[in-house]
Amino acid sequence: MTAIALRGLSLRVRRRSAAVCAALVVATFAASVLSVGTGDFPLSVGEVLAVLAGQGDPAATFIVETLRLPRVLTALLVGGAFGIAGAIFQSVSRNPLGSPDIIGFTMGSVTGAFVVILWLDGTTFQIALGAVCGGMVTAIAVYLLALQGGGLQGYRLVLVGIGASAMLLAVNDYLITRATRDDAFQAAHWMIGSVNGRGWEHVWPVAAALAVLVPAALMLARPLAMLELGDDAARALGVPAERSRLALVFVAVGLTAVATASTGPIAFVALAAPQIARRLTRAAAPGLVSAGLMGALLLVASDLIAQRLLSVDLPVGIMTGALGGIYLGWLLFSGWGRT
Amino acid sequence: MTRLRAEELELAYDERVVTERLGIEIPDGSFTIIVGPNACGKTTLLRALARLLKPRRGGVYLDGELITSQPSKEVARRLGLLPQSAIAPDGITAADLVARGRYPHQRLLRQWSRDDERAVAEAMAATGVSDLANRIVDELSGGQRQRVWLAMALAQETPIMLLDEPTTFLDIAHQVEVLDLCADLHAEQGRTLVAVLHDLNHACRYATHLVAMRDGAIVAQGEPSDTVSAELVEEVFGLPCRVIDDPETGTPLVVPNARRVRAP
Repeated sequence: MTAIALRGLSLRVRRRSAAVCAALVVATFAASVLSVGTGDFPLSVGEVLAVLAGQGDPAATFIVETLRLPRVLTALLVGGAFGIAGAIFQSVSRNPLGSPDIIGFTMGSVTGAFVVILWLDGTTFQIALGAVCGGMVTAIAVYLLALQGGGLQGYRLVLVGIGASAMLLAVNDYLITRATRDDAFQAAHWMIGSVNGRGWEHVWPVAAALAVLVPAALMLARPLAMLELGDDAARALGVPAERSRLALVFVAVGLTAVATASTGPIAFVALAAPQIARRLTRAAAPGLVSAGLMGALLLVASDLIAQRLLSVDLPVGIMTGALGGIYLGWLLFSGWGRT
Repeated sequence: MTRLRAEELELAYDERVVTERLGIEIPDGSFTIIVGPNACGKTTLLRALARLLKPRRGGVYLDGELITSQPSKEVARRLGLLPQSAIAPDGITAADLVARGRYPHQRLLRQWSRDDERAVAEAMAATGVSDLANRIVDELSGGQRQRVWLAMALAQETPIMLLDEPTTFLDIAHQVEVLDLCADLHAEQGRTLVAVLHDLNHACRYATHLVAMRDGAIVAQGEPSDTVSAELVEEVFGLPCRVIDDPETGTPLVVPNARRVRAP
C-alpha cells in the first residue's frame, strides 16, 4: 500500500495493482501497434508510431487512420466495456459466472438485433439500437425476477439469467428459421461478434457512451467494494445498498449493451477479463480499472491472433469463444477442486 | 434523554409482526446487553436501532432526530454495527478489512487520510490483531477473525457500537476473550456498547445494563444484580433455575435446575 496525498486529494494505491495495470497498458499498447501494422500492407512498428505521432507518409497515414485504427480502437473500447461490466456483475452477484454473457443480457441484445435485422430490415445504426433495447429489456426482466422474495441474491441472478439466456436462444433460433437466406446469414454473422470493417462511425458512439459510463462506474467502485461485505455491513457503514446496486447494474447493463451493439456479442471477454485481472492483482476489491484494461488487451490480442494465424479475416468472436471455452473449463475444474 | 432511543416501535417482516409499541432507551456510556429466547425479537430490535430495518410504526431517534431521516453516512460516523452476516471478501487481508471501516469518513477525492491510517492502527492495536495485518482473513482462526471484525467496527470510531451476537461460533475461551475486549473498549474508551448475546451468564457478568426480552416485548431491564432473579429467568426463558452469586465477580449466575441427578 502506498498513500498518495496532494492538496485536497488523498488516495491509497496497492503497489501490486498499480504495477499490473501499468503492465496491462504497455501490453495493450504493444498489441494495438502490432495489430495496426498487420495486414495486406504490413507496416513496421516505426511507421505505425510515426503515423500516430502525426509524421507518417500519406500512404501509411491512410492505411492506419482510415482502415486499421478504427478497428483497433473499437476493439479497445468494446473490450474495456466488457471487462468493466463483467467485473461489476461478478461482484454484485458474488459469482464468477455472473457475467452478462452467461446471465442472458448479451443474448437479449442479440434478440433485439435479430428483430431489427430480420423483421424491420434496419440499418447498422438501427441494429445497434435494437441490440441496446434488447439488452436493457432482458436486464430489467432478469433483475426483477431475481429480486423476487426480497433482496438480490447472486445465485438467483445467475440461475434466472441462465434460464432467460436459454429461452432467448430459442427465440433467436426461431427468428432465424423464419428469415430469408441473406438475412439469416447477416444475423448469424452478427451473432458471432466481430470488429471487421469497423470505421470511425463505429468508434464515436462507443467512445461517447463510455465517456459517460466509465466515470460513473469508477465513482461507484467504492460502494461496490463495500457491498461485498454483505448488505447489513455495507449499510451500517453508510452505503445505500439497494440504490448503489441498482446504479451499478444500470451502468454495467449500459456498458454491455453499447459494446454488444457495436461489435455483436463477443463471447467470454466479460466473463474472463475480471477473473484473470483479479488473479494477477491478487486484490480483494473488484478492480474495475484492471478488469477494463484486461478486457481491452484480451480483445485486441484475440483479434490480432485471429488475423495473423488464419490470414482470413476471422471474426474475433470465434477466437474469444475458443479461448473462453478453455478458460471456463479451467474455472469449473479448479472450482471443483476447491469445494 | 439518551443519544439512542426508540419509541412505539412496530417491527415486522412482511406479514409477521415481531414487536408492537416497543420503547427502549440505551443509557449513554453503558454496556447494554439484550438477552431473550430464540425469536424473541432481539436481533430485529438491534437491526432497527441500526436503521437496517424500517419500523412500520414509531421510530428510532439518534441524538434527538429520527435516524431514518438523517443521511446514512452521517449516521455511520456516530453509530456502528457489527452484523452477524458480515462476509469477508475473497482474499482480503486483515488490514484491508479493518480499513473498510473508515468508509463513512472518506470521500471520493479524500479516500485515505492520516486520520484513517491512525484509526486503523489504533483499532488493530486495541483488538490485538496488529500482527495479523497482512494475513488473509479467511485463513485466520474463528477468534482471530472475530477480533478483526471488531477492529473494523472500531475503526469506524463511532461513540455508539451495536454488536449482533459477537460470540457466536466461538469456543468458550474465545467468547470470554471477545467479551473482555468489549468490556475494555467500554471502560477505557467510554463508548456506548449494545450487544445481543445468547449466554445469560455472560450477559450478567459483562453488562452494565441488561435488557430481557420475550415475545417482542421488554420484560425487565436494569443493572444485572437488580434485575436477574430465578423468577425472571423462569418467566423469560421458561427455565426453572437457581440464581447464585458468581464466585468471580459477585454478579448473578444462573444455574439451571437438574431434572435428574447422576449418582456421583
